[in-house]
Amino acid sequence: MSLDTAAASGEGQGPSGRRGRDDLRFALRNPKLLAGGTVLAVLLLTGLVGPAFTGGAPNAYVGPQYAPPSGDHWFGTTSFGQDVFTQFVHGLRATFTVGALGGGIAWVLGMAVGFLGGYRGGLLDEFLNMLTNIVLVLPAMVVLIIAAAYLEARGLLVQSLFIGLTTWPWAARAIRAQTFTLAGREFVDLARLSGRRPWRIILREVAPNMYSYLVMSFILLFGGAVLIAAGLDFIGLGPTEGVSLGLMMHHSVAWGALHLGTWWWFVPPGVGITAVVGSLYIANVGLDEVFNPRLREL
Amino acid sequence: MLTLDRVSKVYRVGTFGTQPLNAVRDVSLTVPPGVVVSLIGESGSGKSTIGRMVLRLTPVTSGAIAFDGRDVAGLSGHRARKGYYRHVQGVFQDPFSSFNPIFPVDRVFDMLRGAYFPGLSDTEWRASVRRGTERVGLDPGQVLGRYPHQLSGGQLQRLLIARALTLDIRLLVADEIISMLDASTRIDVLNLLGDLRAEGLGILFVTHDLALGTYVSDTTVILRRGAVAEMGPTRQVYASPRHPYTRGLLASVPRMHRTWADADAELDSAAGPCPVHSGPGTAGPVEVGPDHFVGCFSDDACPE
Repeated sequence: MSLDTAAASGEGQGPSGRRGRDDLRFALRNPKLLAGGTVLAVLLLTGLVGPAFTGGAPNAYVGPQYAPPSGDHWFGTTSFGQDVFTQFVHGLRATFTVGALGGGIAWVLGMAVGFLGGYRGGLLDEFLNMLTNIVLVLPAMVVLIIAAAYLEARGLLVQSLFIGLTTWPWAARAIRAQTFTLAGREFVDLARLSGRRPWRIILREVAPNMYSYLVMSFILLFGGAVLIAAGLDFIGLGPTEGVSLGLMMHHSVAWGALHLGTWWWFVPPGVGITAVVGSLYIANVGLDEVFNPRLREL
Repeated sequence: MLTLDRVSKVYRVGTFGTQPLNAVRDVSLTVPPGVVVSLIGESGSGKSTIGRMVLRLTPVTSGAIAFDGRDVAGLSGHRARKGYYRHVQGVFQDPFSSFNPIFPVDRVFDMLRGAYFPGLSDTEWRASVRRGTERVGLDPGQVLGRYPHQLSGGQLQRLLIARALTLDIRLLVADEIISMLDASTRIDVLNLLGDLRAEGLGILFVTHDLALGTYVSDTTVILRRGAVAEMGPTRQVYASPRHPYTRGLLASVPRMHRTWADADAELDSAAGPCPVHSGPGTAGPVEVGPDHFVGCFSDDACPE
């Protein structure tokens, strides 16, 4: 998804359009990007269409208790007789939602603060930098725990919002620093001499040099949001209703799956989280090669 | 056309910007149409800062820069700035840094198209870009559509000049544009500038190369520590330099049939008393001949 955003913001005319096609051609030839993207696409598809096929609510008691994986229950059942596969596909959906929303909010905030401070400089930059540092030193996880504990009803949206509002600073700092060095380059001066507006220079001249970094930061924020959400869910501060991969792990541990040896209860969500975050990171390495013309094997 | 009136630039450096750094001090000069004015000075003498202030890339601390009598710093609003850049353009020292490394070189032209030629059709635009490229002695087929790292510094530099010429410019700020070129392309670019000058283009030529300054300019401004050391018609400044710094500068150019020892001997010949201190007591450069100005001899600015 991040790949699409980045590619779509390239222009559609003249040589820039050719650049877009170049990127696509290199993207399709990059094994890392293909591997990471495929795993991610399969998981996303599972989360999107899976719930429609499994039918029924994820927490319904549908089968025998403690049943190991079988033809009827692909991933086995929980100690209450809930189908683990049904929970898994619903949980994937929740994981992607938190990642996209929480990561997305942090990403947009980080870019806005970083680009503005780095390009404008001066007092505005001082102020934004101070704000960034304050949020950066807030122990995000602790704040999240306290906030989550005080909220009566917790849902995915609230959780995403909290994660988004606390994890943007490092992205903002890195983007600010990068914008700082790029804004001092002569091609930015030249763009100013070409009668371009500041926001246009940021989007068209500065940002394209950081596409790979921006995509990477989105991927890291996405992965971070998934992990933080899983952590919150695992300690029992996740959404009060519904299901997520973290909640599945929380329940499995709470009901002694580790002692009872019902591995099929906690392995799928664990593998699911690892696969989502891991494939994102591998795809990111591939993207760097695609975006940087000098890293391309010509 | 372009007038600088006692322009100064102070940078704030150090912790919390407590220490002032005087980059440019009370510089006044004019660039009429069809005249090449060269700004000559060592590194850190403020010559590039002056160029950047004329191009509005760096704000002026005090003094005024006027183009056709209109204050340049006071141009507020996007339209006014755009109008200014239609007539005033710059070419910078490092062609590799002047191109966005991840886009083909055509982008420097395309940026102008969006802002200044929105009505042109694709065919018309491409033809005009090709014409511009040919005008600076490049083969469009060889350079257009390439990435900056695939072209040489000379090709890139000439593309930047072609870019500036796409607009109907009347003043060009050329900041060390020759330094990255080899000898054969250098003379081509210089002659191109000569042709443009004949068509009425005013050029502010920033360089540290004295020989280059002599070759191209009508008026020479020698800068030292941000202030004008000597300014006047090029022939006069080079033939009878009055400021000890100018003399030292000219003596330090290696020449045939002359050794280090000779250069030292030449320097020892006294330049006479500082005309500013011995003159009528005005601060700033004093006129010592027709249009020939000399600044204070002492290291610091003259007492006001």
